[in-house]
Parts: sequence; structure tokens; C-alpha cells
Amino acid sequence: MTTQDGAPAHSHGQDVAHGHDDRHGDGASHGTYGSYLLGFGLSVVLTAIPFWLVMTHVLPNQATGYVIMAFAAIQIIVHMILFLHMDNKSEGGWNMMALVFTLVVLIITLSGSLWVMYNMNTNMMPMSVEDMRQMP
Amino acid sequence: MSANSMTAGGENLDVFYDLDEHEHPEGYSTMLGFWMYLMSDCLIFAMLFATYGVLGHSYAGGPGPRQLFELPLVALNTAMLLFSSITYGFAMLAMNQNKVAQTQIWLFVTALFGAAFLTIELTEFASLIHEGATPQRSAFLSSFFTLVGTHGLHVTFGLVWLFTLMVQIGRKGLIQANRRRLMCLSLFWHFLDVIWIGVFTFVYLMGMLR
Repeated sequence: MTTQDGAPAHSHGQDVAHGHDDRHGDGASHGTYGSYLLGFGLSVVLTAIPFWLVMTHVLPNQATGYVIMAFAAIQIIVHMILFLHMDNKSEGGWNMMALVFTLVVLIITLSGSLWVMYNMNTNMMPMSVEDMRQMP
Repeated sequence: MSANSMTAGGENLDVFYDLDEHEHPEGYSTMLGFWMYLMSDCLIFAMLFATYGVLGHSYAGGPGPRQLFELPLVALNTAMLLFSSITYGFAMLAMNQNKVAQTQIWLFVTALFGAAFLTIELTEFASLIHEGATPQRSAFLSSFFTLVGTHGLHVTFGLVWLFTLMVQIGRKGLIQANRRRLMCLSLFWHFLDVIWIGVFTFVYLMGMLR
């Protein structure tokens, strides 16, 4: 195996891998009318149900909270796959690597901030109204 | 091509060192680079969501989400952004089929939906401020305006970019560079829709449940 000379092997290697009609050499897939419409339909359903749940108070508040969070998570995944065309092959897997890394940092910062600040709030010394007024 | 062959320790092993930089086609790494940018943008929003999560309950005696938010308006806004997402998708499909006019029309429709989204959001902000719920009123409102405002600012710049590309396509047609730019904007636009899912779920819907 010798080193290849020139670029074509770089930019088109991935195109062959997922059998798409890629004329741009970008290594990303593009979707079809069908996939966009499917994504749109799913998004409408996944958006309408949470709004309906919150507006009509069918479920108790806490249950509604969990359900709408689950719907948001599903909708984000739908958007990622059908609109942003994420798969583990685009850009030779680096897109997915970057996404996973971002998710790890995101989960650490979000849960960490909420956890730490909740604890600080709970464990803070009780403060009187007069003290509160003195605060800068 | 500079590939130096060496002989290591008697065995006839050929090792190649690639000393020159390759010739890469123009923009071959743009999509990956743009994805990296989007991921860092995602982290900005993560910080703003974390800030909102921490400060979102500190009303300082001021109005809370229940008194301020109007869900029908938010639903309409969400619909606008969702429509603009699918019309952008149609623009990309038209681009793949090399249909310039159709691409331009879909881009214009996308811009209309994007502008409608911004108008509704600014109307909402204006009515909040009119009611005295300004960013200075409480920590909840500061973090709310920062988070939703940053998203709105992204949409604004997305619109500027969209119009720029429409002019570019009008002048140069669907050349390789314009296709690449359209694909970057496609990622950006759909990414903003993903962020909006988080906004309407965690800020508006969860806010109404308190």
C-alpha cells in the first residue's frame, strides 16, 4: 500500500460507501421528498401532542412534564436523522464523533449546573426579608 | 509525491512518509468544519438552557410564566419554524435536481416563514415589555430573554444569510460554491429548529405546568 497521490480518494471515498447519488463530493446524504414529508408529519404530531396535553390538563402536571420531555427527545432525534441527515457514515464518522462529544459535555454542564445550584439553594442559610433588602 | 522509502533493521520494510500537503478540492472540509461550528453553537445554547434552568424560578415577586406566556402564539410560532424547515428541505431537493427557479422560490418561501416567526416573537417580546416584564424585572425574565433572544438572533442572521444566497444564486447560478453554501445554511436552519424544540418544551410548556 503506497500513499495515494491527490485528493479524489479523500472526498469521494465516503460517497461510494453509502451508495448515494452524490455529485458534490461532500459525503453527506440528502434525503428525498418522502423523507422530508415523513419528518414533517412526525414533527407535527410530536409537537401537537405536548401542546394539547399542556393546554387541556388531561394528565397530572408531573406526568405531563415527563411525557413532553420524552416527546421533545424523540422529536430532536427525528430532526437529526430526517432533516440534518445524521448517520454514522457522514464525513467518515467524524460528524457523529463531534455530536457524541457535544452531548457528553452538554449533559455534564446541564445536570451539573442544575444539581450544584439546587444544592446551594437548599443548603443556604435562611435569610430574613431585612437581610434580603440589604443585598446588593 | 515525496514518499521516502527506508530499510529498517535488515528486513525489507518499506515505510512511507508523506511530506507534502495534498491537493484538496476547494471546500472539501467545509461541511465537517461547519458541523463543528454548529456543535460549539449547541454548547452556547446548553449554557443558556442551564442558566435558565437555574434562574427560571427566581421571579423576584414579579410575574411568572403562567401570567406571561400565551401558548396559542407559541404554537403558531412553532408551526412557522417547522414550515420553514420543510420548505428549506424542498429547496435543497430542487437544488439537487439543478432547478434554479424552483430553488429560489422555495428559499423565498422559507424566508417568509422565517420572517413570520421573527415578527411573532418580536410582537411577543414587545407585549411582555409593555406589561412591565422587562429583562431587568427578575432573574427569570433575564434568562428567558437571553435564551429566546439568542435563538431569535440566530434566526435573524440565518435570514440575512438566506437573502445573501438568493442574490448569489441569482447572479452565479447553482455553482459548486453556492451548493456548498446552501448545504451549510441547511444545517444551520434545521439546527435552529432543533434548538426551538428545546425552547418550546422547556421554557414555554414546562413553564405553564408550574
